[in-house]
Amino acid sequence: MTKMILLGSRKGTVIFDRINGNWRPRPITHAGIPVCYAARDPRDGTLWASLDHGHWGPKLSRSRDGGTNWEDVTSVKYPKGARYIVKYLPTPDFDPEAPASQPEYADATVLKIWNIAFGNANQPGRLYAGTIPGGLFVSDDVGESWELNRPLWNHESRGGDLFAGDATSENRWFGTPASVDNGVFEPGIHSIILDPRDAHHMLVAVSTAGVIETTDGGQTWASRNRGMTNDYSPDPEAEWVHDPHFVTSCPAQPDHLWQQNHCGVFYSADGAKSWKKVSRPDVGVHFGFPVAVDAKDGRTAWVVPAQADSARMAIDGGLSVARTSDGGQTWQSFRSGLPQENAYDIVLRHGLDIAGECLCFGSTTGNVYLSEDRGETWQCLANNLPPIYSVRFG
Amino acid sequence: MPTVEMTQHLYRFFPQLKNQTITVPAGSVAEILNAVNEIAPGFTDYVLDEHGALRRHVNLSINDTIVIDRKTLSDRVQEDGTVYIFQALSGG
Repeated sequence: MTKMILLGSRKGTVIFDRINGNWRPRPITHAGIPVCYAARDPRDGTLWASLDHGHWGPKLSRSRDGGTNWEDVTSVKYPKGARYIVKYLPTPDFDPEAPASQPEYADATVLKIWNIAFGNANQPGRLYAGTIPGGLFVSDDVGESWELNRPLWNHESRGGDLFAGDATSENRWFGTPASVDNGVFEPGIHSIILDPRDAHHMLVAVSTAGVIETTDGGQTWASRNRGMTNDYSPDPEAEWVHDPHFVTSCPAQPDHLWQQNHCGVFYSADGAKSWKKVSRPDVGVHFGFPVAVDAKDGRTAWVVPAQADSARMAIDGGLSVARTSDGGQTWQSFRSGLPQENAYDIVLRHGLDIAGECLCFGSTTGNVYLSEDRGETWQCLANNLPPIYSVRFG
Repeated sequence: MPTVEMTQHLYRFFPQLKNQTITVPAGSVAEILNAVNEIAPGFTDYVLDEHGALRRHVNLSINDTIVIDRKTLSDRVQEDGTVYIFQALSGG
């Protein structure tokens, strides 16, 4: 059974250890510093935290001794010449489908390191980091050095190779205004989905653009948004403009993928070649941020339903977790152990995780709940924590 | 030689600078910060972005004058000057 839970929170990293059957929190690490993501590399046990220093810039922090000592890893940096097309806050006459008349360019700097992913078991030292403003970084030396994946950065959906000159195509990537305090209109990579069968196969998810796939180790990329629909752009089935809140896959059945976004819960059983909307608003399953998938059965997934979209809080003041075991055809709602009155928690995109029979989620209200029976009953691990951004079993 | 003073928040990450009188050779602000980085490796990663510009929420002044060139840090610091590094306060 898993023995560690890492929380990234508004005020630091909180680690819970399972000791004699009970989960106990350690004193907070990175105290006072926002931590948007924290996770343990299962290959070598290294702990990683992504720090969102308000003044001093985003940085990674790494512990090789289980969380006692941490060190800065400051090497995630955009290379000279990395630019992107800036799209500002939409105005009343803004048409997302219209060609930009005069692209404006910005030099890329790291605004947030939103996600860290660990390479396959046969790739020691391989790490991935997804950032705002939309860069995928790759390291092959446990984070000592990082390289921007240029084919994705230079993708035609972003205007082409801006290292070489001005844009040669339209920018189809939009911002992610809820992801940084006060909002930013740069896009962000928050989901990096690796394929345990094939190290050259990977998907990333971008807010706001959609899901993008490579099958050749990152040399070429293509959108994988067929079947995705949205209700906020002129073309609900546009190739781009999608805002997957979080995308994840089943480890044993990697072609089974799930995403939760603004406009529903979507499921793919064919490796993201096509998506199917499996929301059931009548049972509350529609809007939310995180989604978790069973390790063995790709048809089984969990979401934490929320009230869409302008409210972004628990539905009717009560927290619930919904589970499907048939690819989203039916959902079962579980509430035992969760507050059912005056609860307004929202669980963000990295705020739910699964390990075997255990699920855990943390909310921006600073509450943490754990289930050891596949989400059917829950126990409260903590109240009064800082707002929680990420929950990952170690 | 110019003196460098900074918000005590930075001492958390660079304790070797605490309670020190930091003096470095005169030069541009960029050269001054690189000299501090020699004393405290990693210092420039905190106050500058990857292109060498001052981070958006960092202010730097020479004596009581905020630097003009935040991008390449070309402002000159005289022998008797003092460089102050502090957060760009925005309320809250």
